[in-house]
Amino acid sequence: MDLIISFATALVALLICLQVTVLLLWIERKGSALIQDRVGADRATLFGGLLPFNLGIVNTMMADPLKLLTKEDIVPAAADRFLHWLAPWMAVFPLFLTFAVVPFGDVLVIGGRQINLQAVELPGGILFVLAMVSLGVYGVIVGGWASNSRYAFLGGVRGSAQMISYEIPMGLALVSVALTYGTLDLQEIARAQGQLMWGVVPAWGIFYQPIAFILLFIAGIAESKRAPFDLPEAESELVAGFQTEYSGSKMSMFMMSDFIEVAIVAALTTTLFFGGWQVPFLYRDGFHFAAGFTVTAPPLVVTLLQIVSFLVKVFVLCWIQILIRWSLPRLRYDQLMAFGWKRLLPVGLANVAASAVLVLLLEGWTGA
Amino acid sequence: MEAPVDCYLVLAAILFAIGALGVVLRRNVIVILMSVELMLNAVNVTFVALARKALAVDGQVIVFFVMTVAAAEVAIGLAIVLANFTQRRTVNADEIGLLRW
Amino acid sequence: MILFWVVAVLSVASALTVVLHGNPVYCALALVMALFQVALMFVALDAHLLALLQVIVYAGAIVVLFLFVIMLLSLEPDVPSPGRYGMRAAAITLTVVLGVEVGAAVLLSEPGSPDPPPLDFGSTRMVAERLFTAHALPFELTSVLLLMAMVAAVVMARRHT
Repeated sequence: MDLIISFATALVALLICLQVTVLLLWIERKGSALIQDRVGADRATLFGGLLPFNLGIVNTMMADPLKLLTKEDIVPAAADRFLHWLAPWMAVFPLFLTFAVVPFGDVLVIGGRQINLQAVELPGGILFVLAMVSLGVYGVIVGGWASNSRYAFLGGVRGSAQMISYEIPMGLALVSVALTYGTLDLQEIARAQGQLMWGVVPAWGIFYQPIAFILLFIAGIAESKRAPFDLPEAESELVAGFQTEYSGSKMSMFMMSDFIEVAIVAALTTTLFFGGWQVPFLYRDGFHFAAGFTVTAPPLVVTLLQIVSFLVKVFVLCWIQILIRWSLPRLRYDQLMAFGWKRLLPVGLANVAASAVLVLLLEGWTGA
Repeated sequence: MEAPVDCYLVLAAILFAIGALGVVLRRNVIVILMSVELMLNAVNVTFVALARKALAVDGQVIVFFVMTVAAAEVAIGLAIVLANFTQRRTVNADEIGLLRW
Repeated sequence: MILFWVVAVLSVASALTVVLHGNPVYCALALVMALFQVALMFVALDAHLLALLQVIVYAGAIVVLFLFVIMLLSLEPDVPSPGRYGMRAAAITLTVVLGVEVGAAVLLSEPGSPDPPPLDFGSTRMVAERLFTAHALPFELTSVLLLMAMVAAVVMARRHT
């Protein structure tokens, strides 16, 4: 029975990951069209134009993936065939795994059983996320190398150098969050944000660690090589960077890895800084507003509200990342690296030191 | 059923031997460094297995230090290889014989 | 037990690939696989923090460094030179002897305590407790060591124009 439960939670986590990615494809194209005051892709229709409008869903969520999957898979003649095939898998696989530790709800009470809504209950959840992000570099390096082409190789080297450089501010931000909450378990951190400060404001992580939030968000965007950090795949400079020689389903896997990483950054940021699945004033037995005014709710409704709140927060953060992508100009490569090493890293270190001192002062010495 | 800890000790010994084979057989300096990393990891597994046997966490703390020192060693080793390469244009251990030329 | 056999076969296979394959890029990727198997071994031996650190440090950073150097140097596949086959047989024999010796030495070690480990054995808290109290001095020295290694690596790999 436990096996079925863990299988079910893992399946739900995977489904959330996949659905968010697919929806992001649509949100990105139509959203960017909205930002740039144009219509976006709207030529493809179902049944030859039977429906008067379809909001571009047919185009982005059906026609585009179908086109990518049915395209001819071209492998350059001088390329390493095995590595060329392996690279997209290496890019995608660790990112899927990251969703295993993201909590998408509190507990689901079914038949007297409490199911923790998290695919894997890992006491070292934050470290696991960091480990999977570190593994994501291999897809870029191997992809750039295996194509045996100058642009691809350069894009691969630049992309991987950027990714390993921005892992450090990301790690430092995660360390300061772990310091604040005293645990590495993502579900515990989400639960710890359920209290209210001064009776009104929810005790979300962003109020405790605002600098860490900014660091994590920027480093996360840089990790996923999205604008303004997208020089490794800049269309005007490097053709398509390390993805140049990829076509068809392999390129769709690289694109998918891009969107999954957007979803991961959003999910991680919500869990650590925006309360995860917490709804303000909502506790396990219902709403508790100020002055003792309560609204009780059955546990299933509470759980549903929490899952919906998680998804809403993830989508808001994804939208913010899309907004950033389509508003800011691209950073030049040396500016990019200088920003990571000379600006974010010292800020991260100072944040860890300051957090440690503050935790010591406010919570006292609990060590031996 | 969990595997007895001795199985992991034997496996670590085998990995150590394979790493030693790599150090002796290969001529490419970078692959020699990789085999040294393999040996270090086999030693780490031995430490963790013995820590598990004796129920002392100190074994794991030692592994922590081994990992750190190994990282430092790889960085310096590869820097040496790079510096060597700019002079001699080779990473063949047979040809990097004399210190001077 | 199944986990042990899967990990054992995969780790020995990838270790042999590291040691025997001609193309250095394949050797590096086989090394990633071997290091991942070592992380799985750590999990099986109740060293959860170390397993995650192994993936972050070894598989995520050190082998990336190896791959960078291999790719930047554009190495040719390793070709064994003639006249080495006698040496090869000697090397293999000596390695087998070494393996048997190390295995025997390890197996003849003292039998451990028969109690099952406490539930949080090898957790972050336990390792951190030992690390920052009994082993605080090596910890500080290691940070100095890392700083020295960084400076040395940067100085050595610099182009002297």
